[in-house]
Amino acid sequence: MENSSIETPMNEKVLTRNIGPDLVPTDMAAYEANGGYRAFHKVMSGMSPADCLEVIEASNLRGRGGAGFPTGMKWSFVPMGEKCSPGHKYLVCNADEMEPGTFKDRLLMECDPHQLIEGMILAAYTIEADRSYIFIRGEYVVAIERLEQALADCYKKGYLGENILGSGFDLEMHVHTSAGRYICGEETALINALEGKRANPRAKPPFPQVSGLWGRPTIVNNVETLCNISHIIDKGPEWFQSLGLGEDAGTKLYGASGHVKNPGCWELPIGTPVREILEKHAGGMAEGRKLKGFLPGGGSTDFLVEEHLDLPMDYGSIGAAGSRMGTGTMIVLDDQTCPVGMVLNLIRFFAHESCGFCTPCREGLPWTRQVLEDIEAGHGRKEDLETLLRQVKYIGAMGNTHCALAPGAMEPLQSALKYFQSDFEAHVEQGCCPYVSDIKAPGLKAPDIKQTQGESA
Amino acid sequence: MSEQQVIQSDIALSVEEIRQIDAELAHMPQKSGAAIDALKIVQRQRGWVSDESLIAIARHLDMSPEALEGVATFYNLIYRQPVGEKVVLFCDSVSCWICGCDSVKQKISEKLGVDYGETTADNQYTLIPVPCLGACDKAPVMMVGDDLHTNLNNEKIDQVFSNRTGLNKTGSNQTGADTTGEGEDA
Repeated sequence: MENSSIETPMNEKVLTRNIGPDLVPTDMAAYEANGGYRAFHKVMSGMSPADCLEVIEASNLRGRGGAGFPTGMKWSFVPMGEKCSPGHKYLVCNADEMEPGTFKDRLLMECDPHQLIEGMILAAYTIEADRSYIFIRGEYVVAIERLEQALADCYKKGYLGENILGSGFDLEMHVHTSAGRYICGEETALINALEGKRANPRAKPPFPQVSGLWGRPTIVNNVETLCNISHIIDKGPEWFQSLGLGEDAGTKLYGASGHVKNPGCWELPIGTPVREILEKHAGGMAEGRKLKGFLPGGGSTDFLVEEHLDLPMDYGSIGAAGSRMGTGTMIVLDDQTCPVGMVLNLIRFFAHESCGFCTPCREGLPWTRQVLEDIEAGHGRKEDLETLLRQVKYIGAMGNTHCALAPGAMEPLQSALKYFQSDFEAHVEQGCCPYVSDIKAPGLKAPDIKQTQGESA
Repeated sequence: MSEQQVIQSDIALSVEEIRQIDAELAHMPQKSGAAIDALKIVQRQRGWVSDESLIAIARHLDMSPEALEGVATFYNLIYRQPVGEKVVLFCDSVSCWICGCDSVKQKISEKLGVDYGETTADNQYTLIPVPCLGACDKAPVMMVGDDLHTNLNNEKIDQVFSNRTGLNKTGSNQTGADTTGEGEDA
């Protein structure tokens, strides 16, 4: 376990301060011994919901699930006090981590479940919610077990239930295990799933903050977002802002997967340059491989390439470069892995996970998949590249689809067409995948691809 | 639906299943809200959700069987066909793909003698692909029952399924034990 008390703000561990290299889970006693539930006691003994909201708004915390919406602003849309019709209000934690290449929330829930629960209690208090759910994917067996245990411990201590610590505040909290499907991560689809329905996203407006679960005001926040709350309340918005290196505030769990030397997940100041994450923390590329590109924050973000390595990993910088920071967990593409194959894998995933509600997504994504399968198998034609560009244009346009799934699916494709155009062309010209593949075609020669990164932009 | 069928449908749920479903109903404003929970409760008891079970659950929740079927077939982890004693959830998403999951999948198929959606002849394992399991720094990964297995390669597959001799469709294996597949926490 690391002692963070003497560290400078630049290296301060906040969300992972209780998570050591041995990954031993933190129980109630250990959590409280290291300052856990201090913010909770502070709030219960004298802060109003409005006080809490002010602190979170001032902190500039932005949602860590991928969209980066300001958390305080989201909460501020919930009707409060007498302005809200009588009935329940809900706080829901989105723990349905299914974005391909994302593995940060699992760590937070398995190793420090109380940090999430404390954040949820404070969030629920701020929006005056009396019911809360942790919507977690069913495959996270270990996290589910540890959260259930942590919840039981909270009920036993009177941190959950009726009239919490004599404050008059009531809160029930349940773990809801999902039955699968990527689309459940979309907040209105998640709400439908919680209501026992098919997880089709809902039309907005009305927004969940006003009419969500069972038609009542509902806030849905990502695990990592909620894990920040207790620290902000405890140490204040100025401290939180001081943690970030650029415009954004706080720390961020960054990760890298693919053929890097040391794949993993690290808590770093938000705004840490991509190069530092990939070279210092991930240890650079694996032996004999070179960087070809990377998806900065999950499967539904645009590729970036070498020229972007010195960008800070924050919402604005990555957005300005034509991608999204998304979940902050990078998927690295090396020079010996076929970019067409990688995009095909992603499009297969999105086509499979489409909820089927709207036509561009239900029919369009399988069409895209088919075109990519043809190209990857060596049956592609020159005009297929035009077809892909048209699909990107029409499926990728927000407003043509019911939700963000299909536009998200188009992000890695459109950027692959931009940065790796020569790879697509080589597949068509050579009538096969030019990449060495020890899986499907052992013994093929090294790829004969001219590097055109960025020049076709 | 006739009275006779209604009675049969109720019988299709055990007392314990009804108790658990009713516990979920207690904090739902609408009965249909417990649809997914009820399907999971029955599946936990029986391994899968048969037509008879589905009809019984629908009756219990005041839903049409068609509406409940719409819910049941939407979700990856509700099984409308019988599965083996353990389900192998094999991740074929992007990080695992980059790290060579295709060859690992081939190895599993050879070892167990099944492809996606199939169950071994001795009813021990059903192989299903699963979206990203959130352990991408240890790719390729899979779950066997409740246990996560990481950094998979051919040797690892041999260890995890060490009780299989390969292409074993005879059901001759007696142990049923996953001898080395202890759970790994991420």
